[in-house]
Amino acid sequence: MSDEFEVKSDRVLWEQLGMDVERFSGMPAMLTNAYKNIFLSQHNRPNNMAYFDDMVANIHTGRIREIYDAKQGGRPVIGTFCVYVPEELVVAAGGICIGLCGGAQGSIADAEKILPRNICPMVKSAFGFKVGRICPYFQVVDLVYGETTCDAKKKTWELLDRYVPTHIMEIPQMKRERDKRLWLDEVKDFKAAVERITDTVADFDAVAAGIKTINAKRFALQRLNSLRHHNPSPISGKDMLLIEQIAFYDEPVRFAKQVHELCDELEQRIGRGVAVAPTATPRIMVSGTPMALPNWKLHHIIESAGAIVVNEESCIGTRYYKDLIDEGATDLEGQLDRLTQRYMKIDCSCFTPNDDRIAQVFTEYEASGAEGIIDYCLQFCHTYNIEAVKLREACEARGIPFMAIETDYSPDDVGQLQTRVEAFLEQIKG
Amino acid sequence: MQVGIDLGSRTIKTVALKGGAMLQRRVVESGFEPHRQALELLGDHPRARVVATGYGRHLMQQHADLDIITEIKAHALGARHLFPHCRTVLDVGGQDSKVIQLSENGRIVNFQMNDKCAAGTGRFLEMMAVSLGYDLKEFGLAAARAQAGTAINSMCAVFAESEVVSLKNRGVPPGDIARSVHLAVASRLAAMVQKTCDCQHLVFTGGVANNKTLVAMLERALGVPVLVPEDPSITGALGAALHAGTP
Repeated sequence: MSDEFEVKSDRVLWEQLGMDVERFSGMPAMLTNAYKNIFLSQHNRPNNMAYFDDMVANIHTGRIREIYDAKQGGRPVIGTFCVYVPEELVVAAGGICIGLCGGAQGSIADAEKILPRNICPMVKSAFGFKVGRICPYFQVVDLVYGETTCDAKKKTWELLDRYVPTHIMEIPQMKRERDKRLWLDEVKDFKAAVERITDTVADFDAVAAGIKTINAKRFALQRLNSLRHHNPSPISGKDMLLIEQIAFYDEPVRFAKQVHELCDELEQRIGRGVAVAPTATPRIMVSGTPMALPNWKLHHIIESAGAIVVNEESCIGTRYYKDLIDEGATDLEGQLDRLTQRYMKIDCSCFTPNDDRIAQVFTEYEASGAEGIIDYCLQFCHTYNIEAVKLREACEARGIPFMAIETDYSPDDVGQLQTRVEAFLEQIKG
Repeated sequence: MQVGIDLGSRTIKTVALKGGAMLQRRVVESGFEPHRQALELLGDHPRARVVATGYGRHLMQQHADLDIITEIKAHALGARHLFPHCRTVLDVGGQDSKVIQLSENGRIVNFQMNDKCAAGTGRFLEMMAVSLGYDLKEFGLAAARAQAGTAINSMCAVFAESEVVSLKNRGVPPGDIARSVHLAVASRLAAMVQKTCDCQHLVFTGGVANNKTLVAMLERALGVPVLVPEDPSITGALGAALHAGTP
C-alpha cells in the first residue's frame, strides 16, 4: 500500500479552476510524503482505512472532479469555516457544503502579505489559500458563508469578499432567549441565501431530507468514536482525526456508509482482540481548537511518543457530531426551530458563560477511558486560551493530569512539544 | 557505576555516580555534532547503565540505543536528590525555561514550559550581554553594581535587543541596562513560577542559576528563599544518572 500510494495531480482541472498551477504542482508530492510518513507507516491499520487513504489520494483530483461536475450540473458549492453554519440547509437546497478551514503552513506567507501576522493560523492559512489560488476547494466554491465566532474571522471575511463572494452569519455569543431568536433569524437568512444561489426553495420534505442525511453522517461518526474508545484501541488517533477531517469535504451519504463499514470491522477487531496498541498504552484525550487538514502535528507527536489519542473534544471532532437534530417536526417552522436548538448545544469557547463545555469535556474523558488531557490551542485563539484556565482548575480539582499547549502550524516548536508531551506521559505513568 | 548525560542546546553535561556518590562530572560545548561529542564523553562505558536527557536525547537513542527521559523528569529527580524537601523546580537552560511542581513524595504533578519564545532563557541573557559588550560573568556583576534600572518592556529577544540599542543611544549606562534586563527576566520567571504553583521549597537549576544577581532578584520577587545547587548546570545529568540506577 505504502509504495503505491500517491496523491494525484490533474493540471487540466486545476487550470479550469483558475489555480496557480505552477505553484500548486509541487503540493501532491509533499502531501504524498507526509501521508506515507505519518499514516501509512502505522502498524495494523484497519482494512477499511483504504477508502479514506483513497480520499486523500484524490483530495486534489477525484473529489474535486466530482464536485466540479455536480456544480456544472447545477449544484452550487458553498464553503464554510465553522460547525455553526447549518450544512443541512445546503443539502436541503440541493447544494454542496465544503469545510474550508486551512491547516497548512504553506499558505500562511500568502496571507501575511495582507493580514497581520499575529492572528490565528487557521484563518491565515485559509485566507492564504484563496489569495494564492492554491486550494482547489476554495477555487470551486460559488460563495463562502463565514460567521462571527471570533474577531480574526469576522474581520478577515471583509477582505475575503474581494476574492470570493462572502456572506456572514451572526453567531450570538450568549445563549439567552433573545440570542436564540436572533440565531433563528440568522438561520432563516442563511436558508434564503442558499436558496437564491441554488435557485430552489427548500420545502418541508427537502429540509427533512437534508436533516436526515447530515444526522446520518453525524451518527456514523458517533458510532465510530464510541468503538474507538475501546481499550485496547482498535484504531489510532491519527486515523480517527483523519476521518473527522474528511467528514468536511466528502459526499455525506457515501461517507456515512464507509464509516459504518469501518465500524463493522472495528467491532470484529474488538471481538477478536485485535488492536493498534497494547492495553497499557497511555490514553490521551485532546481538547480545544480544531485541527484542519493537513494539520496532524500534535497527534503525530503524541502517538510517536508511545501514547494513543482516544478522543478529540474539538470542532473537527465531537463538537461536530455529538448532537443530532430531532427529526420529529411536523412543519418547516418546527424543523428550523429544532435545527436551531441542536446548533445551540455547540459549546464553542466564543460563548459566555460556557460551563457546559467543561462538563462535556469530563463526559468525553470518562467515555474514552483517557488518562490525561492535552488542551490544544492555536496561537492567538483568545477564547480557548483563556477557557483553558477554567479547564485546568476543573481538571486539578478532579485529579486529572492536564497540559495546555499553544502552537501553530510551523515545525519549529516540534522539538519542544515532543519534550512536553513525553514529560506529560512520564507524569501520567508516575 | 551509572551515568547520566544531558544534551542541552548549549552544552553537554555528564555525571557519573557510584553508590550514590558523584565520581565525576563534566561540561563541554555542544558543538556542531552533539552526538559525536556525547559518544566521546561516554567512551566505553556500558550503555545499559547510561540514561540520556535534554534536547538531544533522541539523537542518543538513535546513535547509541540509550534509554531516555525528558529534561523535566531529569531536573525533578536531580533537584529532589540534592534537596529532599524540594516541591518546585525552576530550570532555566539555554533554550527554554520550565517550572516543575512536585508532590510531597516527589512525583511530578504539573509543569510549565515557555512557549515558542526565547524570553527568559539563557540564550536571551546571552544575547543581551553581547549587545552590551559584557561576557556572561561580568553581565551579572554589572547588574548587581548598578543603582538604577530602567524598565525593559519587551521580553521578545528581537525587540528587546533594539530596545537595548535605543537605551544605549540615549546615554543610559550599560550597567543600568544590564540591571534592567535582569529585573525583566526575574519578573518573567517569578510570574511563571507563581502561575504554576505556590513556590514552596523552590530549587533553581540549569546554567542560568549560576547568575547570582538573578537569583537574588528572584528571591525578592517571590519572597521566598531560592535554593541553588552547588553546580546547577549538571542537575539534569545528575537526574539522568539517578534514573540509570533504577530497575
